Amino acid sequence: MKLLTHNMLTSHVRGVRPGGGFPLRIQATEVKVNNVDFNPEFTARMVPKVEWGALVEAAESLGHRSDLPAEPIPDYESNEDFLRKVHHVLMEVEVVEGVLKCPDTGREFPITKGIPNMLLSEEET
Amino acid sequence: MEISGINQQSQKLSKKEKKLRQKQMKVRHTLLRHEGIECVSYPTKSLVIANGGLGNGVSRCQVLKLAERCGLVEALLMPPNKPYSFLKYEMLEDSKRAYDSLNGEDVASEDNTQNVVLYFNFVEKVPWEDMTPSTLPPGLRVIEEVVSPEEEGQLLECIDWGKDEVIPNAQKSLKHRRVKHFGYEFQYDNNNVDRDRPLPGGLPDICNTLLAKWLKMGYIKESSDQLTINQYEPGQGIPPHIDTHSAFEDEIISLSLGAGIVMDFKHPDGQAAAVMLPQRSLLVMSGESRYLWTHGITPRKFDIVQASQEQKLGTVTADIGDLTLNKRGTRTSFTFRKVRRGPCKCSYPSVCDSQCKVTAPSFPDSESEASKLEKEYVHDVYEQIAQHFSSTRHSPWPRVVEFLRALPRGAIVADVGCGNGKYLGVSKDMYVFGCDRSEALVNICGEKKFQAFVCDALSVPIRSGSCDACISIAVIHHFSTAERRLATLSELVRLLRPGGRALVYVWALEQEYNKQKSKYLKGKRAGNSNMDETISNAIEEAGDSESQDSAQPDGGVSPPKDRYCSANEAVSTRLPVHTNRTSFDSQDLLVPWHLKDGTKKKMGHTKLCQPVTSSENSQKCSPVFHRYYHVFCEGELELLCKRLNCVNVQESYYDQGNWCVILEKK
Repeated sequence: MKLLTHNMLTSHVRGVRPGGGFPLRIQATEVKVNNVDFNPEFTARMVPKVEWGALVEAAESLGHRSDLPAEPIPDYESNEDFLRKVHHVLMEVEVVEGVLKCPDTGREFPITKGIPNMLLSEEET
Repeated sequence: MEISGINQQSQKLSKKEKKLRQKQMKVRHTLLRHEGIECVSYPTKSLVIANGGLGNGVSRCQVLKLAERCGLVEALLMPPNKPYSFLKYEMLEDSKRAYDSLNGEDVASEDNTQNVVLYFNFVEKVPWEDMTPSTLPPGLRVIEEVVSPEEEGQLLECIDWGKDEVIPNAQKSLKHRRVKHFGYEFQYDNNNVDRDRPLPGGLPDICNTLLAKWLKMGYIKESSDQLTINQYEPGQGIPPHIDTHSAFEDEIISLSLGAGIVMDFKHPDGQAAAVMLPQRSLLVMSGESRYLWTHGITPRKFDIVQASQEQKLGTVTADIGDLTLNKRGTRTSFTFRKVRRGPCKCSYPSVCDSQCKVTAPSFPDSESEASKLEKEYVHDVYEQIAQHFSSTRHSPWPRVVEFLRALPRGAIVADVGCGNGKYLGVSKDMYVFGCDRSEALVNICGEKKFQAFVCDALSVPIRSGSCDACISIAVIHHFSTAERRLATLSELVRLLRPGGRALVYVWALEQEYNKQKSKYLKGKRAGNSNMDETISNAIEEAGDSESQDSAQPDGGVSPPKDRYCSANEAVSTRLPVHTNRTSFDSQDLLVPWHLKDGTKKKMGHTKLCQPVTSSENSQKCSPVFHRYYHVFCEGELELLCKRLNCVNVQESYYDQGNWCVILEKK
């Protein structure tokens, strides 16, 4: 699971408070870093689409914050150094094994071989 | 009895003889353990000859020649397919002589492929009674010399094997035997015919003439409209099978030309009959022999037949004192059948695909029933067939790709129901990630290094308004109530940002639109060019399935047990099982998936959650799974979308048997 995917995910357990299921806390037991071709244009387009705070928090929790600032810098489209950091965090850091934990209910979703299982039981939906 | 003569002799045995005796003892154990044949250590008039059997390729003639060296043979019994025979002498002395002199004798098998060593042992009791002559299966007749040698020649000449030698996609099941079809093409993928697609030209004239004659003679009760010609070289055969009940009428006839053959019939209770089909004879199967017994031809180069020339008909086991081997020649069979229009109503429901629907669930009438139906007939099935399913889903559908590529660069796209992830890698300029209910399919996405997770389309763990686009390809038709389909759509558009677009594909009830048959109806065989194949592979298909009649069982036939039966059972309607590659007769149905060999590696430890069709019904004996579908009729998908207040239907179209909409979030 890349952190960009994580940034899209939210807990959907029944009874979770509106907005309370995001972001899912990552408890990783295995993280890997893959080389992914850097595409500055694509990365720049992602910046306004991601929940920045959640991204920083997730990267921090994995020890891969990579000096990402607390807010996107102005004129980020033209700052290659910044975009490279964003690219690394969004696309290269991957959680292989671990759990995603709902910040509201504590429900844990396992991540196995990089795949989160977000399936709920009938009672949870 | 103190010490038998044999043991006395064995006091002074040479090394070679000792070895022989050891072998002999081993053989006795084997006979007892595997065949229940008890040998005795004292001389009797009867001997069992291990390895001297028809099953070993040893002929009657060979054994007799040897046996007669020692005296007058009262009987030689050669049970078919067994590696032994029984020999009975009139005199005890002769039997003893045979025991002493013939033990360890070498015999070359009839086809010269192996040398066998014969071992003789005395038996007290020859199991004659266990080998009571079997009779012909009920409803079976063999009519001899039904055509003249001249007609035989004409018939054989009229076959133009030419380009039909190799059946696409079917070589494997045919084991190289040559096949040609007239009237209707027999489809080996579902063991059925497409009633809507008769072959031009009908049956050859000479065949129609013969059929009319046989009808007049009373050999047959009905004429035929389908002909399959098979050519079997020696060594070729056909696996035991029952012709699909729903495909053909009662009477099935087969003309043997060029050479005779032995056809094996088997009753579900184990009763077997090997039936001699002489050259130029007509086999007529009807009633029990057609519906209940399997028939097949064992692939081998020799048949076991009656030794006496006169007796050519009947079961070859009628007299096991008269069996020998017969070298096979090239046999061409003309099998005539009449295509059935409507469900089979035979009295053998256990093997009848028209009536074998006791396990079909009924239409759900509550939320919990709907969810249960989907679990068993959608989720569990995909979990089981994932590997095979994925191997048939490699080409993205062109218009879906078109939709994705037209999206703005840097778009974030969710593929809800992504299956094996065939759309997750279509563009590098956008972020496409997927989810699916099937863990097995999502794992396949993972192996391909795609971003995917497991979830249900009714409850997607993606934050609202986060996606520029969503696609839902061949997903919503798996939900069994209109409310659930609407809820799935609603969940899909929740993910969209305002102005975001969703593409939805569902399977259409109408498989023929604007006078064009869908690729599903046409099947893979329709498109010969590779270009075409891209599309036909892509379209929702279950090409390899057990044939099941799509018609509902008659009102009177009430299946005894049903997991979905509730208090209002009286009004519940059972879901019909669809026949693959035919038009849909109903909007809610079960579509069979025939699992291919080699893809069921998980089967060993995974409990099959689905009814497995009776093996007699299937040539390949592969498990059949049934997936639930609600196929959409024209306008239904748009109407459903219009119930959502937050979207506009931007476009709707028909694409290769699917109804499609493009939605835009307000």
